[in-house]
Amino acid sequence: MRVRRFLRNLLRYTLLAGITLFTILPLYWLFLVSVRSRVELFGAPSFIQTSVYIENYTKPFFSEAYQRYLLNSIVIATSNTILVVLLAIASAYALSRCRLAGEENIFFWTITNRMAPPAAFLLPIFILYTRVFTLGDAKMFDTHFGLILLYCVFNLPFAIWLLKGIIDSIPTEIDEAAMVDGAGLWMTLLQIIVPLAAPGIAITAILSWIFAWNEYLFAATLTSVHARTITTGLAEFVTVTGTNWGEMAAVAVVALLPALLFVALVQRYIITGLTFGAVRE
Amino acid sequence: MAQRPIWPARVGWGLLAPTLCILIITGLLPFLYVLYISFFDWNVFAAQGVPLFVGENNYRRLVFDDDFLGALWRTVQFTFWTVTIELVLGFILAQSLVKNFVGRGIFRTIHTLPLMVAPIVVGAIWRLLTIPGFGPIPHYLQQWFGVDYNIGRIATHAFWTTVLMDIWHWTPFVTLTFLGAFSSLPREPFEQAQVDGASTLQIHFYLTIPMTMPIILTTLFIRIMDALRTVDEVWMLTGGGPGSATRYIGIHIWRVVFPKTDYGYGAAMSLLVLYFTIVLCWLLFIVMTGKFKQIQ
Repeated sequence: MRVRRFLRNLLRYTLLAGITLFTILPLYWLFLVSVRSRVELFGAPSFIQTSVYIENYTKPFFSEAYQRYLLNSIVIATSNTILVVLLAIASAYALSRCRLAGEENIFFWTITNRMAPPAAFLLPIFILYTRVFTLGDAKMFDTHFGLILLYCVFNLPFAIWLLKGIIDSIPTEIDEAAMVDGAGLWMTLLQIIVPLAAPGIAITAILSWIFAWNEYLFAATLTSVHARTITTGLAEFVTVTGTNWGEMAAVAVVALLPALLFVALVQRYIITGLTFGAVRE
Repeated sequence: MAQRPIWPARVGWGLLAPTLCILIITGLLPFLYVLYISFFDWNVFAAQGVPLFVGENNYRRLVFDDDFLGALWRTVQFTFWTVTIELVLGFILAQSLVKNFVGRGIFRTIHTLPLMVAPIVVGAIWRLLTIPGFGPIPHYLQQWFGVDYNIGRIATHAFWTTVLMDIWHWTPFVTLTFLGAFSSLPREPFEQAQVDGASTLQIHFYLTIPMTMPIILTTLFIRIMDALRTVDEVWMLTGGGPGSATRYIGIHIWRVVFPKTDYGYGAAMSLLVLYFTIVLCWLLFIVMTGKFKQIQ
């Protein structure tokens, strides 16, 4: 019995150690490449590095283009998050505290939006943004606003269902007590529900910020110069004439940072968010 | 947990209205528009340059288009292998994480990392791992097994590298959903089964899997749909090549629509892929809302 338990533990730790290495090594390699000069890169791969070749970082990020990409990404992700969180609080409260005809259909429709292949929406959105949603010379194409609005398609569904779960767990007696005291709808929502759901709202905000920051396909297709984001900037590195791998890795590390910073904070809720509240930990 | 309604329905619709407006503009309108242009022959660079009504012609072309069917078949293969391997691996990992042990928290945090990494960065990472000349994968495969690994030249290498990349990226999702499901299981049936002398395999087949079926199915459908959507990381890693070895359906649509500007045909293609996804979504929805048992 003892031997069996020992073997089982040995097996488990070997498996987990193997998976941990498999997870960590690619990320570590990215970091290594980002601090190596061109000369250091080639030859037998080494996993130890003592010097830092900072030019990989300074060269792209001291250029006007990449500073703009970074700023665009921050502006777009932040504005989208604010919009999504405001709309999601109102919608989640409505779905939690009212009985609406066709509630299930709304649910089905929103997850369809989230699950639809982006490639299938590229064409109509591209045509709408370049030819239909125009006002004189102004188009939605290559604007921050265009992307901010579009990212609601995949951020709103998960935000609504994550927040609905949280608001559902706040007892309705609290709302009723507030109403007895004469609070109206907005008063109840802003002064009672929002503070009680604050941790959940923070998680929702962080997750939708990261999803917006991470998006590539729409950003690449619907922008050209003005509203390009950092993920698009990263993809631009791969050129026919030879890529500067060190600089590409440095940009990738910067694009990765928000995820690394927030992962410990939100890890318990990532799954709830990605499964629309179907799975809770 | 259903709550008592405390506001009348019109208040609810009022609160939902802005959300519905935005989703109609960004979700429903493009859908209707793509349906509309799928009945036209519209190529910006063609001689006429204006949309020409052609009825169901675009759809008829699709059925005989080997490039499209090839891309679809490759996507199905990719989805089959990634989802199968991820589900099995995720199941085993979740099982070994259920009980508390030293280092469990750290392992979980590390394991969650890939989930938050941008797909385009995932593609960049795997590209850096596989470049002939300095990537560790080609180097060690050559040194240890004498394999001449090159995803820029050899189709099977490219295909399996995209599968491995997807496993790296998405196994944590499966592990964590399964872990959530396993942690919420009641103890008694399992203790009873152990007393009765059931083997570990029997316990899994007769207890664990049936009892967590709704969550397993939810995970399965979400993974299938996400695998079908894959574009960014494969685009960054291989660009769809070599040849068309990793040109999955998303990349294929992009190539038909943008460089060739074959709008009408691209619309028909988009719509067919959307249709498959909606059918899958509907299945997912049945599973999630617990109607699955009623249909069975």
